[in-house]
Amino acid sequence: MSGTLGLAWRYVLFHKAKSLILVLCIVLTTILPVAVKLLVWQFDQKIVARAASTPSIVGAKGSSLDLVLSALYFKQEVIEPVAYAEVERARGDGLASAIPLHCMFAAMDYPVVGTSLEYFDYRELKVGAGTQFVSLGDCVVGQKVAEILSVNVGDQIISDRDNVLDLAGQSPLKLNVVGVLEASRTPDDWAVFVDLKTAWVIQGLGHGHQDLNKEAPGSPVLIASESGRLIANRGVVSYIEITDENVDSFHFHGETDEFPVTAILVSASGFKEETILQGRYESSDSEVQFVRPEIVVRDLMTIVFQVNRFFNANAILIGGSTAMLLVLVVLLSLRLRKREMETMFRLGCSRGTIVWLQVGEMGIIFGVAMVFVMLGSAWVWWVSGNIVEGLLVNGR
Amino acid sequence: MIQIENLKFQYPRAEFMLRLPRLDIESGKRVAIVGPSGCGKTTLLNLISGIALPLAGSVTVCGEEVSAMSDASRRNFRIANIGMVFQQFELVEYLDVLSNILLPFSINATLTRSPEVRSRAIEFAEAIGLKEKLTRRPAQLSQGEQQRVAICRALITEPGVVLADEPTGNLDPENKRRILDLIFQLAEKQNQTLIVVTHDMGILSGFDRVVDFQKMRFSDGAEESAGAVPGSIGEQA
Repeated sequence: MSGTLGLAWRYVLFHKAKSLILVLCIVLTTILPVAVKLLVWQFDQKIVARAASTPSIVGAKGSSLDLVLSALYFKQEVIEPVAYAEVERARGDGLASAIPLHCMFAAMDYPVVGTSLEYFDYRELKVGAGTQFVSLGDCVVGQKVAEILSVNVGDQIISDRDNVLDLAGQSPLKLNVVGVLEASRTPDDWAVFVDLKTAWVIQGLGHGHQDLNKEAPGSPVLIASESGRLIANRGVVSYIEITDENVDSFHFHGETDEFPVTAILVSASGFKEETILQGRYESSDSEVQFVRPEIVVRDLMTIVFQVNRFFNANAILIGGSTAMLLVLVVLLSLRLRKREMETMFRLGCSRGTIVWLQVGEMGIIFGVAMVFVMLGSAWVWWVSGNIVEGLLVNGR
Repeated sequence: MIQIENLKFQYPRAEFMLRLPRLDIESGKRVAIVGPSGCGKTTLLNLISGIALPLAGSVTVCGEEVSAMSDASRRNFRIANIGMVFQQFELVEYLDVLSNILLPFSINATLTRSPEVRSRAIEFAEAIGLKEKLTRRPAQLSQGEQQRVAICRALITEPGVVLADEPTGNLDPENKRRILDLIFQLAEKQNQTLIVVTHDMGILSGFDRVVDFQKMRFSDGAEESAGAVPGSIGEQA
């Protein structure tokens, strides 16, 4: 058998171009469905795992999918915010714990997530370097953000403007990086976390400015120049950076309870409590909905798998066509090699050995193709984690 | 010793039938079988080597009745006792000279490819002047060189009988003689029976015996038949 295999190997090596084309045909026909399968599987695993680790979400009524994607993947979909007072309501007199999320802005293209420190325990996120955010203007960045933006503790990142053409719009805020999270291979790696109040400052609900009396004692906010034009006092300039010196000057106008949050992660202490809580939301006339992310995500995956089924059918057809073409190539090759086979037979080679020779040649070609498919699949598997995360986090 | 008695053979759906009442070939002899195309020369080689089976009669080679053997036995018999040389050389294009010479050992599980066999192959290549071209492929050799490789391949298993079907048919006159001399020389060295099928009357000198299928006569050397039993060959069925 080793002699026959040796001959088969030498035949394959001698006809390099033909063998390479056959290998490529098999690899291309196989790798695509395999890669899609792996991607869909990774997508399913990641999206379902994230959803399963989040029992329920409260947010504004509307698309439950948008709400889930915003709360789990910080996708900045246009969803209506709910008032911060809903956080207290979601706690339902001790029925559940509630973590607010504010996800409306971005910094250097990465979502800025305003939340409370409870979020990190909830998601079991650990700070790898530095500390948690402790004061206004602090931020903790995910591992991927730190890696891609090359930021570390002590650096600053700037929140993105809503609209660069809107000169009267919100000014960007410099955020002080006080911590970098350990890698979690979740969307948290791709986000910038700030305290909820910092998020509200970015939104313009809170601001700080210099003490007018201290900076320019006795001066009015606006003064008139000799030409009669009005000139602002230099103390009116708003800060775009929160420092130890100016942090005390930051304040909010209005009632905190009415400030917006985009979603509230709710974790009831038990199934019974969760059901009671859900009942309250479903029976009320409020503009708030209570969703179970896992159900929403499973519905989404059902659609994905249906699409995948069409793709599988397509792959089977292409695979069948390729297989038939390969058979044709082998049959034509056999016809061309009829004399070679006849000579081997005359030299004492059995018909069975001649068949083995053919099987060996195809086996080697399939084997080499499968090695490439496995290498390709391993590569797809290796990168698909990032691809899926990228797809889930703001389509990156 | 090769003995053929009352042989009848016919290919399926063919009108031609080969009939041969008797033919004896002694061991170690060099026999030429001549005749025009289609008179059954190659068929006779196939019957002697056990590739084809007669409809009637018997073929005995080296004391064993080939025509009575099973397929597997005939194949094993062929591996052990028969060496074959073809008109078109039939070398394997993707193997180099050395591998082509050793081909019977690669395709037959009953043959063991030992270091001695490899040494013998190299000796053969040296004897035919191709030692420097062991790694060349058939396409890189001249026709004469290709036929020399084919002869080595036929002899590498040290068979008792060498069957050559038009071994000089594709060669120029100068190469014809050289190849024949080479076959004679190598066969003589191993005391092998050599049967050469040819329709080239110009190469018959040097054979111990010539069997003329067309004239249905058998001759020893250049003389007319003596002692051989005449056969009726090439009759229409």
